[in-house]
Amino acid sequence: MKVSGKAVVYGDDVNTDVIIPSKFLTLLDPTELSKHAMEGIDPKFVEKAKNGVVLVAAKNFGCGSSREQAPLALKYAGVKCVVADSFARIFYRNAINIGLPVLECPDASSQIEEGDLLSINLDEGLIVNETNKRVIKATKLPGFILEILQDGGLIAHIKKKGGKIRDL
Amino acid sequence: MNIAEKILAFASGKDEVKPGEIIDAKVDMAMVNEITGPLAIQAFKEIGTPKVWDRNRVVMVLDHQVPADSVKSAELHKIMRAFAKEQEIPFFYDVGYGGVCHQVMVEKGHVCPGELVVGADSHTCTYGAVGAFATGIGSTEMAGVFATGTIWLKVPSTIKVNITGKFQRFVTPKDVILYVIGKVGADGANYRAVEFTGPSIGNVSVSGRMTLCNMTVEMGAKTGLISPDKVTLEYIKDVTDKQFKILASDENASYEREVEVNLEKLGPQVACPHSVDNVKPVKDVEGTQIDQAFIGSCTNGRLEDLELAAKFLYGKKIAKNVRLIISPASQDVYMQALKRGLFEVFLKAGALVCNPTCGACFGGHMGLLAPGEVCVSASNRNFIGRMGSPEAKVYLASPATVAASAVAGKIVDPSTLGEA
Repeated sequence: MKVSGKAVVYGDDVNTDVIIPSKFLTLLDPTELSKHAMEGIDPKFVEKAKNGVVLVAAKNFGCGSSREQAPLALKYAGVKCVVADSFARIFYRNAINIGLPVLECPDASSQIEEGDLLSINLDEGLIVNETNKRVIKATKLPGFILEILQDGGLIAHIKKKGGKIRDL
Repeated sequence: MNIAEKILAFASGKDEVKPGEIIDAKVDMAMVNEITGPLAIQAFKEIGTPKVWDRNRVVMVLDHQVPADSVKSAELHKIMRAFAKEQEIPFFYDVGYGGVCHQVMVEKGHVCPGELVVGADSHTCTYGAVGAFATGIGSTEMAGVFATGTIWLKVPSTIKVNITGKFQRFVTPKDVILYVIGKVGADGANYRAVEFTGPSIGNVSVSGRMTLCNMTVEMGAKTGLISPDKVTLEYIKDVTDKQFKILASDENASYEREVEVNLEKLGPQVACPHSVDNVKPVKDVEGTQIDQAFIGSCTNGRLEDLELAAKFLYGKKIAKNVRLIISPASQDVYMQALKRGLFEVFLKAGALVCNPTCGACFGGHMGLLAPGEVCVSASNRNFIGRMGSPEAKVYLASPATVAASAVAGKIVDPSTLGEA
């Protein structure tokens, strides 16, 4: 799987309350949700993301609540992949389950700047920063997680597997 | 093995598991609320499996926006009701029957020691208080659990928190967990389990243990847990007659690291805006003016918390220009507090007693903050905008600190005050 896009960069501990504030959690339509993505810290995000971006963050991205509305809002706002130094675990799993690629990359925040053009190879766990020509190594995703992403998320994956999540 | 490893080994049918290993485990109980449930239901329908894997292992609770505060919330409640009916879920807690989901899960006996429990809410880790491995998941993941009764998990490494000494006056488990989060950091326990142990844990009630385990997610933990002991078993026998297996840490169990908490030296703690790991002794922020005080939530809305607050409110009046909102964690807690006369104390002091709900804590309804306002809260998160306006500030503290501060009109250290 390959994705590319310009980087939109944030700092440490971006929590799910700022990714999608509580007052919007009654919205079930992901397109409606996406209009409020990152509203808690960056009211310009929706405009920046609309043509497709890679969201880059420092450590502990997505900490806080278990709301799946957070990765959903990002995905429908135009985020093709989230790359972070580290992730909070529930956000990480939620993103994979709804088919939003996530890549843990300890050097992300130090090697990527706002507006850099990134080419990402998820299978290899490699990020090419086309702007400064650097290659950044990320943590490779396990095979079965890549498969869930390739299938477009957990639901499509379970359907394909005939009601199972993993081959035991 | 430690308790986390033992429960995951048992749930995955293995003799032994090691940190880092990915397992496929059987789920004992699964919980959804009305914020995460509707998305899970939608995803479950997409899978196309007609019935949940075991209707007796699913618990559904309405708690975040109860009673419905908008037509949209009412629609979410309606989706939950319809699913509970269609699937014949026996444990559906409608408005007026349950309370905050995590309190309901424990007090209604839905969680037993040794079980693997998943909940579509981050504070699911609370149930480690009774010796279960409980972790928060998202809605789509829950749909997978509804369909298969299983989940893949990476076995976490474990941080051991060793608690020694005697609790000082008006110092509570909330102060312990805030102190630990301050030391470990907001991501310091990411992907890990946190086990509370040591000679003093035997003196902490299940209520206090729930507060400890509840906030482990604020340092990124997958779960917080405590090996079952006399306190656990006494509690469990009163709430359920389900069969269970006692799994506890071996003496020679291994841990990634250890954190020491000496209660002899621990005073009241506060998490300052805008992160839960920005922890200081309360005395460092004494005098900070407040507009609102809140006691409630899955963190500190239990009877023990309300009784402690009442000690500071009995015969007193809340400071002018401050409002105190109290929301018992469940209908059961509400009834007990009522019978014990706590509401009379609260009402005479000028507090507003609300129904059980996650409302104010998660910034949904019932007590939002205006720009520039300051709240001292016995809840669990102080993120920007968490309890209302992004320009408001939230200080997290124990029910003792919150109640004492509500009377004073500014943040005060309860340990320096006498009881009312």
